Amino acid sequence: MEEIIKISNLKKVYGDVIGIDDISFSIYKNEMFGFVGPDGAGKTTTIRLLCGLINPTEGTADIMGYDLRKDKMKIKDNIGYLSQKFSLYTDLSVDENIEFFADIHGVKNYKERRDELLKFTRLTEFRKFYAGKLSGGMKQKLALACTLIHKPKIIFLDEPTTGVDPVSRRDFWKILSDLIKEEITIIISTPYLDEAERFNRIALFDNAKILKLDTPAHIREGLNKIVIEIVCSDIRKSDKVLRENTNFEIQTFGDRLNVVADNFEKDFPQIESILNKNGIEVHDKRMIPASLENVFIHLLKKEHQKEHEPS
Amino acid sequence: MFTRIFAIVKKEFRQIVRDKRSLVLIFFYPVFMLILFGYALNFDVTHIKMGIYDLEKSEFSREFIKTFNSSEYFDIVKYINNPDDVNHSLDDKSVQCVVTIPADFSQKFYSKEKTDVQFLVDGVNGNTATIIMNYVNAATLGFSQKISADILARAGGNIKMPVNIQGVFWYNPDLKTTEFLIPGLIATILIVICVTLTAVSIVREKEQGTIEQINVSPVSPLELILGKIIPYILLAILISIIVLLLGAILFGVQIKGSILYMFVGTLLYLIACLSMGIFVSTIADSMQVAFQLSTLISQLPTNILSGFIFPIESMPWPIQIITNLSPAKFFLVILRSVVIKGTGIETFWQQFVYLAIFALAFLTIAMIRTARQRRTV
Repeated sequence: MEEIIKISNLKKVYGDVIGIDDISFSIYKNEMFGFVGPDGAGKTTTIRLLCGLINPTEGTADIMGYDLRKDKMKIKDNIGYLSQKFSLYTDLSVDENIEFFADIHGVKNYKERRDELLKFTRLTEFRKFYAGKLSGGMKQKLALACTLIHKPKIIFLDEPTTGVDPVSRRDFWKILSDLIKEEITIIISTPYLDEAERFNRIALFDNAKILKLDTPAHIREGLNKIVIEIVCSDIRKSDKVLRENTNFEIQTFGDRLNVVADNFEKDFPQIESILNKNGIEVHDKRMIPASLENVFIHLLKKEHQKEHEPS
Repeated sequence: MFTRIFAIVKKEFRQIVRDKRSLVLIFFYPVFMLILFGYALNFDVTHIKMGIYDLEKSEFSREFIKTFNSSEYFDIVKYINNPDDVNHSLDDKSVQCVVTIPADFSQKFYSKEKTDVQFLVDGVNGNTATIIMNYVNAATLGFSQKISADILARAGGNIKMPVNIQGVFWYNPDLKTTEFLIPGLIATILIVICVTLTAVSIVREKEQGTIEQINVSPVSPLELILGKIIPYILLAILISIIVLLLGAILFGVQIKGSILYMFVGTLLYLIACLSMGIFVSTIADSMQVAFQLSTLISQLPTNILSGFIFPIESMPWPIQIITNLSPAKFFLVILRSVVIKGTGIETFWQQFVYLAIFALAFLTIAMIRTARQRRTV
């Protein structure tokens, strides 16, 4: 596969804070690549570095054969960027916003492309509306249309679905999956782990470093453990009890517990007896395939434990 | 390059036109300033309230009093009959000056003795008091000359003053303050509007994050600055025309000199002001800060240091040097020359050069700062 972005030893330091610490990896052409990880892990910093919005402290990246440090202007012609914050002109209409971005990118006959994008994002009937009057989901789709007007080869989307309602979110992903059929590379950052399954490959960011980089399937398989899902009466109490009495990793998800264990037949009776002893009733139990979320929480916990251990 | 600049200009115009509230403010502000300064700020001293304490009440004393009454400078508002009233009248501000004519006024005059007349002037406002004193002196001198001439004529003689001063005020013959203030007002209005509008419009892009989208596009700092400046230059030229028209309609101030010089001077001044606005935008991070900073650096120096109200020649020399930081100082010289005097370029070409340097320097600083800010966040 053809490498479209090749990052080598990229580092960004803000005063005393390390934004991103010496990362190196490649992104392939026509890939949907995900940056996943908690807030402040370095996802946005990496995107802003790659877009040329900020300068790296050390290292560089090769984007479509252009050096990030030397040929910034050439790179800018070929990329699109959607920032985390909504950043369009609220006092211009949908049409005018797209027109402006077409103009500054030197797109001559943008009208046809604009109609196409409006249809694609299902905004055609709102074209005369001021951008400020649109709903959150529509704003995000308009922003996407603006980033796509100049037919960029690569687009960077920084948390595009944060603060967008679930229906619009699904809609947005549908549009992105249609988009990937064109010759385009999409790089998306997201704090939502359930969205991570949609990517071709994922980089898990934590604490300015990349913890894991692989396809979702490989990452899931890499866990080598089983997950037991338990629905019981008092989730908070059971979480506490199991932590105190066993060495299993416990993950709480609202109304259920996920216990990362080695063997269902061997481990579950032990768990059940501890819970019963503490007056907790197990309503339901089953073995589930490990989700990306399970793996990420597992990896992050392991990483943080390592940090706290005295060396 | 031009398509990108034009794109920003077009977008900027759409935003200006849509922001109705700011638009009203932009056009209301000059009108407001003109009326306020034109009518309220007036250094002309006319209709001085005068009290008369005539101890003689003769035909001759009345003739002397008449010399004051016949001009628009003095209004005789009170005839005083006892010495206590003289003090009271000055104390309660019912009069600004009192003329006391002694009881032996005509007697002394006809016996060819030196005649003294007392003037009491309210000296609280030093400026006004000096002007009143000058008027009084002039009026008295005129009266004395007329009388002397009459007497000599009756005796068949002819009087000739050894040296006679013929004072004529050029350019502003009536010494009207408005003639002098209107150019200064144009300078103030333009600088405040230009600096504030550009600064706020750029900082708004920073605040809303739209600047990021421009930064990832191939738009260069120069293109961005030009795209921001051009719409406001056009707007500011429109405002200048409105101010000049209002000046002509309300105060009868007309451009005596060349419109072309006026235009070029204004253009240079506008570029300097707009560049200052861009400079402010690189310092300020919020619209409030941008607004306050703009008003501070535009209005204050223009009002105090440009010679708009206070003459630069009478400032201490360190302050005189500082006045060079105000572009309005140079623009004012050009404006006053063109509007009031109607002189040619030979009197203000230096100011043209200064303004051009100013505009270029500010534009360069603004550009360097914008470019640097974009590179190292």
